Amino acid sequence: MFQLLENKMLVPNLNLAVFKAPEVAAAAQPGQFVIIRPREDSERIPMTISDWDAQRGTISVVYMVVGKTTAELAGLAAGDSAATVVGPLGNPMELAHFGHVVCVGGCYGIASIYPIALALKALDNRVTVVIEARSATMLYWQKKLRSAADELIVITRDGTQGLPGHIDRLPGILAGLAEPADRVIINGCNYLMMRGAQATRPLGIRTIVSLNTLMIDGTGMCGVCRCTVAGTTKFACVDGPHFDGHEVDWDEIARRRQAYLGEEVQTLVSSRAERMSP
Amino acid sequence: MSDQSGQVPKTPRKLDLHRREMPKQEAAVRRRNFSEVALGYAAETAVEEARRCLQCKKPSCVNGCPVNINIPAFIHAIAEGDFQSGVRTLKRDNSLPSVCGRVCPQEDQCEKECVLVKRRGEVAIGRLERFLGDWEAAQGPAELPERAQPTGKKVAIVGGGPAGLTAAADLVKLGHEVVIYEALHKMGGVLSYGIPEFRLPKRIVDREVEYLRRLGVEMRTDFVVGKTRSVDRLLETFDAVFLATGAGLPWFMEMDGNNMNGVYSANEYLTRVNLMKASDFPRASTPIKPHKRVAVLGGGNVAMDCARTALRLGGEVMVLYRRSRVEMPARLEEIENAEEEGVIFRYLTLPIRTLGDEQHRVSGLECLRMELGEPDASGRRSPVKVPNSEFILPFDCVIHAIGNSPNPLIAATTPDLSISRKGTIVVDPETGKSSKERVWAGGDVASGAATVINAMGAGRRAAKSIHDYLCQPDGWNCEK
Repeated sequence: MFQLLENKMLVPNLNLAVFKAPEVAAAAQPGQFVIIRPREDSERIPMTISDWDAQRGTISVVYMVVGKTTAELAGLAAGDSAATVVGPLGNPMELAHFGHVVCVGGCYGIASIYPIALALKALDNRVTVVIEARSATMLYWQKKLRSAADELIVITRDGTQGLPGHIDRLPGILAGLAEPADRVIINGCNYLMMRGAQATRPLGIRTIVSLNTLMIDGTGMCGVCRCTVAGTTKFACVDGPHFDGHEVDWDEIARRRQAYLGEEVQTLVSSRAERMSP
Repeated sequence: MSDQSGQVPKTPRKLDLHRREMPKQEAAVRRRNFSEVALGYAAETAVEEARRCLQCKKPSCVNGCPVNINIPAFIHAIAEGDFQSGVRTLKRDNSLPSVCGRVCPQEDQCEKECVLVKRRGEVAIGRLERFLGDWEAAQGPAELPERAQPTGKKVAIVGGGPAGLTAAADLVKLGHEVVIYEALHKMGGVLSYGIPEFRLPKRIVDREVEYLRRLGVEMRTDFVVGKTRSVDRLLETFDAVFLATGAGLPWFMEMDGNNMNGVYSANEYLTRVNLMKASDFPRASTPIKPHKRVAVLGGGNVAMDCARTALRLGGEVMVLYRRSRVEMPARLEEIENAEEEGVIFRYLTLPIRTLGDEQHRVSGLECLRMELGEPDASGRRSPVKVPNSEFILPFDCVIHAIGNSPNPLIAATTPDLSISRKGTIVVDPETGKSSKERVWAGGDVASGAATVINAMGAGRRAAKSIHDYLCQPDGWNCEK
């Protein structure tokens, strides 16, 4: 059992959970994930480790409340325990002195890009962080990101903060940089990463994305996380989750991700009915 | 249901020398439920069957057993109605009798060697083993064997499947401190995620695991050695490490369309149902699609498990196998069970392409007809493609059950560990010793995918070798 030290809403629909998981915290590296099972009868779902403290033995994840399992996690209070927090899984993000790295985050990716930006900064890269949200009220961790980056650029769909628009502003941002970007790293929903990768492809900038796929064990056993990268099948859990965004078959990613959409809705409806019945 | 009291009828009926059948759930009923298919012997039947044993002076059955159980002795105890002593005899060599009695391929091992094979049928050793294991469980918590004095030595076991559980039982009894690290949230390895409930009820696995816990084995689930902590780090706090991580990397047949929705590895399909209880969806949260027409590719026991699981989930199921029935590697008993339940077998058929609809959901398989040619290296007649014999079969689900290789996670994160071209850890077959100092390996991770009992045999040999090693330096005071 893994105790929750904190579980709170950051912005509407996005929650922060801090777990006591000393073994995971001791081994975690930027870009790795955990598999979480909130309750004994819950699904196993992957979440990126967005922060950790090896000394305190804690890890943080930021998650969107979308289905039954994330609702179950959101339903736990500080002091409660989750049945499973296992990791750190997946490969760490490739880190080196690249020069100027632009880190792009949207949604839960705003959080997961943070340890990556921090580590890149520590390796003497110039780090520009670009975050994207529907509205200024959906932004979080700006102070943390500012401390990790040389520059923080904000895009909001409604223009309530920073540049108005969405991820399609990325080419303009890249073109306007004082120093050209040597590498782009994008974290967020698959759609954001796809659009971002499409934007950088004509510019020829190496672009790394961190894929969100279905997973069960997260250790290479089941293969539900299969994806096609550069024409070959990869397992996102053990071969990834970080891949060259220009080589990913995004249509396949979207289709496989939605394989159980009907069931996800069914289980959400039935669990809500359960909660509302006396 | 069965007489579990251990009472033996005083006057045995006129001796019937035929092998006793074990009752099963009717095929028409069981094909739609997940309850166990085979129901086990009643005590009376077990005694009758045990009395058929000739108690050979040189019992060949024992040589056929990978862990050399003293078979005539435990059968003799059953014949005498002394089930408790039968259990003790059995458990000296096999800590998981209820499991092995169900899933061992006895027809290729102990029972194959029985001198009665050609005379009214070999003694039903497996069924008797199962009977004793279940009889013991019905008596309440199992009797704990004596533990040797603590040696102060610590052994880490990586993987909570058959090899790891067996090694843990042996080592803890010898007085060593044992910690098992398991990647999943449940102990048991393939016994938990792979073998279905209708063949091995999970309460039996849980009970065997609980027995080890009572013996003093510490278990850490949700711990991925190679990720959470490396083998080298384990060696800092443990005197020896036993790697028993199994064969968990699924193979897919090489063909187009494998990433369409509706294509599964056997591991995924079985894990959803067995470990995550998807058959209870939406009460359990993990879903499985109610597929209508399911193709299972492969002819081994895992293929049979997938086919029979898919059937129970309401589908029409076809097993596609490229050779013929006699070459199928699955146990005959499982093939017959599948046939009785209504699984359709299509032999001499090779799928070459997965077909999909406009949304890339599986709609069928393009196949080739095969014919049998000359025997190959395995001694089985090899299948040869019939030219221009392409045809299409409609399916909405395809399960690849053609095998697994070891998960490369440990290999990739452990320096000095010698790995074969097949991805298995290279070990001395007698001792399980790997190329790395203080590290042993056994079970599927060393042998490649094999049987539960072979993994248990490897666990036993490694435990013995580890014990010898731990007792060696400066005359360590261990009981040998």
